[in-house]
Amino acid sequence: MSVSALSAHNDPKRSFQGLILTLHAYWADYGCAVLQPYDMEVGAGTFHPATTLRALGPKPWNAAYVQPSRRPKDGRYGENPNRLQHYYQYQVILKPNPSNLQDLYLGSLKAIGLDPLLHDIRFVEDDWESPTLGAWGLGWECWCDGMEVSQFTYFQQVCGIECAPVAGELTYGLERLAMYVQGVDNVYDLNFNGREGTEKVTYGDVFLQAEQEYSRHNFEHADTAMLLRHFEDAEGECKALLAAGAPRDGGPQRVVFPAYDQAIKASHVFNLLDARGVISVTERQNYILRVRNLAKACGEAFLLTDAGGFNSNREAA
Amino acid sequence: MPDLLLELRSEEIPARMQRKAAGDLKKMITDGLVEAGLTYEGAQEYWTPRRLTLDIRGLTARSKDVREEIKGPSTKAPDAAVQGFLRKAGLTDIAQAHTHSDPKKGDFYVAHLVKPGRSAEEIIAELVPATIRAFPWPKSMRWGKASAKPGSLRWVRPLQSILCTFGPETGAEPVVIDFEVDGIRSGNVTYGHRFHAPDAITVKRFDDYVAKLFAAKVVLDAERRKEIIRHDANNLAFASGLELVEDDALLEEISGLVEWPVVLMGEFEEDYLQIPGEVIRLTIRANQKCFVCSSTTPLRGGRTEGSGGGDDTLGASVPPPLTLKGEGDQRALANRFILTSNIEASDGGVEIVHGNGKVVRARLSDALYFWNTDQADMPDPEDLRASGDKFGLDLSKPLDQRMARLDKLDVTFHAKLGTQGQRVSRIAALAEELAPIIGADPAQAKRAAVLAKADLTTEAVGEFPELQGVMGRKYALLQGEQPSVAAALEEHYKPQGPSDHVPTDPVSVTVALADKLDTLVGFWAIDEKPTGSKDPYALRRAALGVIRILVENGVELKLLPLLEQHDGLAGKNIPTVSDQSNGTINAIGRAIASVFHKGLDVNQNSLDLLSFFHDRLKVYLRDRGARHDLIDAVLATDSANDDLLLIVRRVEALGTFLDTEDGKNLLAGTKRAANILAAEEKKGTRVAATVDAAKFTLPQEEALFAAVNQAEKDAAQAIQAQDFSAAMQALSQLRAPVDAFFDGVLVNDEDEGVRANRLALLQRIRAATGQVADFSRIAG
Repeated sequence: MSVSALSAHNDPKRSFQGLILTLHAYWADYGCAVLQPYDMEVGAGTFHPATTLRALGPKPWNAAYVQPSRRPKDGRYGENPNRLQHYYQYQVILKPNPSNLQDLYLGSLKAIGLDPLLHDIRFVEDDWESPTLGAWGLGWECWCDGMEVSQFTYFQQVCGIECAPVAGELTYGLERLAMYVQGVDNVYDLNFNGREGTEKVTYGDVFLQAEQEYSRHNFEHADTAMLLRHFEDAEGECKALLAAGAPRDGGPQRVVFPAYDQAIKASHVFNLLDARGVISVTERQNYILRVRNLAKACGEAFLLTDAGGFNSNREAA
Repeated sequence: MPDLLLELRSEEIPARMQRKAAGDLKKMITDGLVEAGLTYEGAQEYWTPRRLTLDIRGLTARSKDVREEIKGPSTKAPDAAVQGFLRKAGLTDIAQAHTHSDPKKGDFYVAHLVKPGRSAEEIIAELVPATIRAFPWPKSMRWGKASAKPGSLRWVRPLQSILCTFGPETGAEPVVIDFEVDGIRSGNVTYGHRFHAPDAITVKRFDDYVAKLFAAKVVLDAERRKEIIRHDANNLAFASGLELVEDDALLEEISGLVEWPVVLMGEFEEDYLQIPGEVIRLTIRANQKCFVCSSTTPLRGGRTEGSGGGDDTLGASVPPPLTLKGEGDQRALANRFILTSNIEASDGGVEIVHGNGKVVRARLSDALYFWNTDQADMPDPEDLRASGDKFGLDLSKPLDQRMARLDKLDVTFHAKLGTQGQRVSRIAALAEELAPIIGADPAQAKRAAVLAKADLTTEAVGEFPELQGVMGRKYALLQGEQPSVAAALEEHYKPQGPSDHVPTDPVSVTVALADKLDTLVGFWAIDEKPTGSKDPYALRRAALGVIRILVENGVELKLLPLLEQHDGLAGKNIPTVSDQSNGTINAIGRAIASVFHKGLDVNQNSLDLLSFFHDRLKVYLRDRGARHDLIDAVLATDSANDDLLLIVRRVEALGTFLDTEDGKNLLAGTKRAANILAAEEKKGTRVAATVDAAKFTLPQEEALFAAVNQAEKDAAQAIQAQDFSAAMQALSQLRAPVDAFFDGVLVNDEDEGVRANRLALLQRIRAATGQVADFSRIAG
């Protein structure tokens, strides 16, 4: 396995970035397109258009990437050893899912040093649902010695649209996994670069100050009036872009990805407003519904594009 | 006779679905076999996380031939009719038909058809795929390449292989029954434990299947897996001088998560034991699927838990119940947990225990954070001032702050019934009013009502909603509330059903009633009543709760004035009539307002709710073994009877009375009188408006009249005094004169005046007994 080509500094047992590099190598070997993180604030790797939009339509799609994910409400001012408002997910999406997806997943755990005859690896029921994306699937939480290290989902619906074919999605919680393989109890103690002594960079070196600052921002300082305006703007822009790119004369939809960016933006703004505690329980449902409507509109529009299988659909018909 | 072995192997099936799925498989296959004309001696289903297995013994090898006759037309019928018959019977030539004779109809054609029996193999090869396609999973999914096309196979998780062998129990090799379901071809191959024995296993029949699986580290039988886990867990606990806290639901779940159970014990820091036992157990159970242990020495006062009081029942009130060994024996939790792994780890489980311990610690550290945060001051106390004033809260106390926060957040209780804050205002007002009737201290009742929902904003309840009330009580004790007030925070949710504990402390009773009555009145006001099987707001349970609290505590309470008055109360704390966002009058608000204004609507609504109480009371009494005809008979006399306890007492007294000779005879006499009256009323016979003593011709009439007057008066007095035994006693005096009357008097006298007078006398019997119950509704 090409993993052995990594230097000792990048052993996942010693290095956070080594863990990422190992997963990259593993899934690149399988044939995935290894993408870079999406350049917007998202709540989970699933929001990356490489998953949300590419899970739709008939075209095969295999991709892997790291996605920084933001959950403003999970901020703990850097004081909780396990909870972060910004963390990394490693995301693999395979469409259609190969029949040996469970084995492939277990192979990736072996690659990062988790021996299934030493560690208790389990698939525990967890039906995944994202109300904001109008998406759901069946699958499991994957446990390693009682710790949830991944989510494993067979997408059934995304953006309110049936997946045909079904995509398999693997989401690894990278910090947790790294804490486990490095044997560290506090996320901020993770060895980031695999060096020791003065050369060593920890997760805390990279992120602790940011966690403190963003917690203040998320809970205390974010300007809610401005955020409310931004939500409205993003919602309006998303709809306007879809309308501007609407198909002409039986041609394809021409503007989807930019519109979807606005749906992502609305979703993140909503999360911030939620963290600031200015959204009541009833309003909450309403906001979720509004984001979902944007996601659905984008998903439907995507099916009318080339990547969504528009031409292949027409040829088949 | 041959046996059938069927295994459907898939990716991990959710634990909660396995047992039922295996049962469904057995039922669908055995029903299908029987329907196809086969018989079998026995069938047993098995399941693991990765397989559903069915073992059918003594199956018949073929279904029997079925003979059938199809009658055709007369031999003299025209050719068109004969051709039609041939088509229908599937014959090619009329010579293949037989000729039957009938003395009336003459000769006619009959086709003798034989539907040959089919081999079991053939039947199974059709039945299994059909069963798989129609399998009733609660949730199923599509997967893989096939899912690109509509109509692809659905299963709970991807189906990996099908094993299907058929053959004699011993001797000759069984055969594979060959079929295919969406590209999965049946065979005689399965796989063992995912990690310990990943290679293919070839199987002949059930016996070697079980043995080979066991060798491949799969315990097929879930009951066996449970036994192993229970046994080993108890042993591990015992070896550490502890006792396992048994949990059957957890055991069932765990047995559905492993094929090869290996039980291990882990540890956490004693510091965490300051968290309440319920929270520790739920944290470890819900998130980690682990058991907890208790120390073998009974719990003493000096437990490290912060709440102190001896009334702190260790989880006894948390569903699902925590069953410590030895009823009523409260023991402290130990700082150990017991996990069940799915492998025999190469290091004996050291890493597994270490890893699980880390997660348990992280979870407990969260729980401890919740527990401490909930006892600390909230940020921004000034923000809570307005809400604090509204409820008369002491904002120096944590739970009061949480209540203020609940109000301030405007958390919706129900869109049409306003916020939780408004709800609490209504409950508190009602509790204050109820307190003197129940015998509770009004100040305490109000205090308890105001704090009753405060724990909904605590971190602990946010994490474990099932601990609502339980946590409120703990926090209340910690901030120095009266024990009765603290207890009411937990007990006002009770009883949760027909077998749940009914509160007895007057403060708890008061708040429990206020909470439930507010819910019922509210949902009645917005016309969200239960219909058929739909009762999303658990209103039947709330009504049953009111009934049980009143009846089992012996509380006399007239509901109607309360319901009506509470309607009025509610009106003050219902969402505002004008919708602020667009300034228009909100139709819903208006409707509620109209209901809450006193008047005919209110009465109608309250009476409707009362009759709902009566219906639930019937169910309640019936469940307790009371005769439903007696309940009907009592309620029929007084449909506006709003004191549920008195209704129950009356039913009991009536039942006792009817068990006596006097009662039985009086019932017969009253029924006879009623029947005669009914018959005559139907005929249009005149009945005198009042009984005229001057028209009596026989002494029995005189005697009955005197007895009726007396009994009616005595019974009325007794009822007034709510002494139903005495009322029955008074009525029992009627028995002899009624019997004598029917023995010696002919009601249908020739003299119309005498007859009308006697009918009037019968009416008086009906009226006298009718004070207690409508005897015509009583059976027998």
